[in-house]
Amino acid sequence: MDAFRALDFLDIESQLGEDERMVRDAVRTWVGERFVPIVWEHFEAGTFPMEVRPELGELGVFGPTIPEEYGGAGLNSVAYGLICQELERGDSGLRSFVSVQGSLVMYPIFAYGSEEQKREWLPQLASGEAIGCFGLTEPDFGSNPGGMLTTARRDGDDWILNGRKMWITNGTCSQVAVVWARTEDGVRGFLVREGAEGFSAPEQKHKWSLRASITSELVLEDVRVPESDRLPKAEGLKGPLGCLTQARYGIAWGALGAAMSAFDEALQYAGERIVFDKPLAGFQLAQKKFADMATEITLGQLAALRLGRLKDEGKMSPSHVSLCKRNNVQKSLEITRTCRDMLGANGISLEYQTGRHMCNLESVSTYEGTHDIHTLAIGHELTGIPAYR
Amino acid sequence: MNIVACIKRVPLTETQAKVSADGTSLDATGVEYMTSFYDEIAVEEAVRTKEKSGGEVTILTIGSAGSSKEMRECIAKGGDKGLILVDEDWMARDCRSTAKALAAKIRELGADLVFTGRLATDRDNAAVGPMLATLLDWACVTDVIEVEIGDGKGTAVRESEGGVENYEFTLPAVICCQKDLNEPRYAGLKGIMAAKKKPLDEAPLEAEASQAEVVRLELPPARPEGRIVGEGPDAVDALMDALRNEAKVL
Repeated sequence: MDAFRALDFLDIESQLGEDERMVRDAVRTWVGERFVPIVWEHFEAGTFPMEVRPELGELGVFGPTIPEEYGGAGLNSVAYGLICQELERGDSGLRSFVSVQGSLVMYPIFAYGSEEQKREWLPQLASGEAIGCFGLTEPDFGSNPGGMLTTARRDGDDWILNGRKMWITNGTCSQVAVVWARTEDGVRGFLVREGAEGFSAPEQKHKWSLRASITSELVLEDVRVPESDRLPKAEGLKGPLGCLTQARYGIAWGALGAAMSAFDEALQYAGERIVFDKPLAGFQLAQKKFADMATEITLGQLAALRLGRLKDEGKMSPSHVSLCKRNNVQKSLEITRTCRDMLGANGISLEYQTGRHMCNLESVSTYEGTHDIHTLAIGHELTGIPAYR
Repeated sequence: MNIVACIKRVPLTETQAKVSADGTSLDATGVEYMTSFYDEIAVEEAVRTKEKSGGEVTILTIGSAGSSKEMRECIAKGGDKGLILVDEDWMARDCRSTAKALAAKIRELGADLVFTGRLATDRDNAAVGPMLATLLDWACVTDVIEVEIGDGKGTAVRESEGGVENYEFTLPAVICCQKDLNEPRYAGLKGIMAAKKKPLDEAPLEAEASQAEVVRLELPPARPEGRIVGEGPDAVDALMDALRNEAKVL
């Protein structure tokens, strides 16, 4: 296979600034040279390649929109979206690793944390010296986090946390967990440190999706957290939901990266694979599939770019993100399935990218708001009538 | 130390070259560009030298006004400033004219040390570096795989046919970098943002006309189609015969 060729059917390139293109190209080069050659073995083994962590920190992809004084790069949202696209071209597990760190750990510390919390955590999270995770989902509460059972009870100057969180990316390898718990005054956010007594994060195994990503359970049994480790500016569910809006924004871009990878692989394969004495790409059935996929990728790219520009103008709403996350992930999942089919038997080999992307996107479709929940969010926005219950 | 790294913008390595209608240049339609591979090594060595010995790195190129992307990338990797000598005829300019223009500018910049790639990956001339040193009357080591810069002098290891040559030289000098000298760093995102604030200037190129002119470009002849002489052990005799009597390689 030749080097990755990113689909850009409508010259969206020309809509990007020079620094946005440079950021994208830097991440694209790193992913192609350093990550794509090793990811399939990690996917097979069910491990995340921890050796890339300092390289990611040096590259600057952790929390790149955070201001420079806290260790970020001060990038705009479009550049961040392009980073997510390129990372997920490598693997959804890689994009998840970075999304959680930036959008779900650094963002809440930056947006809801005290100055001391920002100074302590943000620089080491930006460099990758520390890894963080985000504990909201529970075994019985995913789409309706308001029903969470994890509690935080005041005890003098401290809080006592009890409960369980599930499906937590990076839980087992984190130095800090942003844990959301119910208090007498509503939901609050806490920074739970690695090694705190009563706190453990066993890894969840036997996944067939996001295999190159660590997924964990967080167990909190009378974990004592000082008031200084509570996020002072987070009150109620809008705290965690604000973080999720950031992460979902990155996913709207990221899923396209997986689709672009699969599309390019299938297109190259179909050009080389001879069936009935001519390339697979020369058949009408194949061409219709490519035309349909190129259309969806292009429309998704335009939507993501528009979403990014809205975010940079301060005009992005959660329902905008819902529309783009819902569409781009669903379309990308369908595209990877089609590409898997076009690759024939090779499509199930881990030596090809597509099957891995296809399996990963099943998780991406579910996490950060399922397809159906985003459907209801858009429906709510359009009709004014909530239909969640 | 005042360090200059010279770079050239070249078509991406995987570009399928097409000759344009005039027959003397490459068709630039749809061609994307990159910093020449060996020049990236030159930039990396310049930045490492600065990090060790202090000073400033200027990235210098001759190119069209649009070649800022490659320059910004080099600045993002640790260069302090960039200067494009603007020349819309940059692709056709010959080595002598290029070296003379660069030498004049390097003298004006007051450089102590210049790094170049061993060659640019478009024409593979490997001439500008040594010409530059000759015009400046400076020391020059080519195909360098190791270099140490000290106070007013340096040592270098040069790769040569079947061995290595060890050099001592005095500054100022021109070092032409071979691929094993270092592994260029990736442009980090902070570096990219910082590069936006560093100076990237343009100045008109003051150069003599080229003395060497490309009069015709030709692509290599298409490779003749292969021939299968048979299958399995039965084909060995026919293959040996073809190798001996047609290809005459045995």
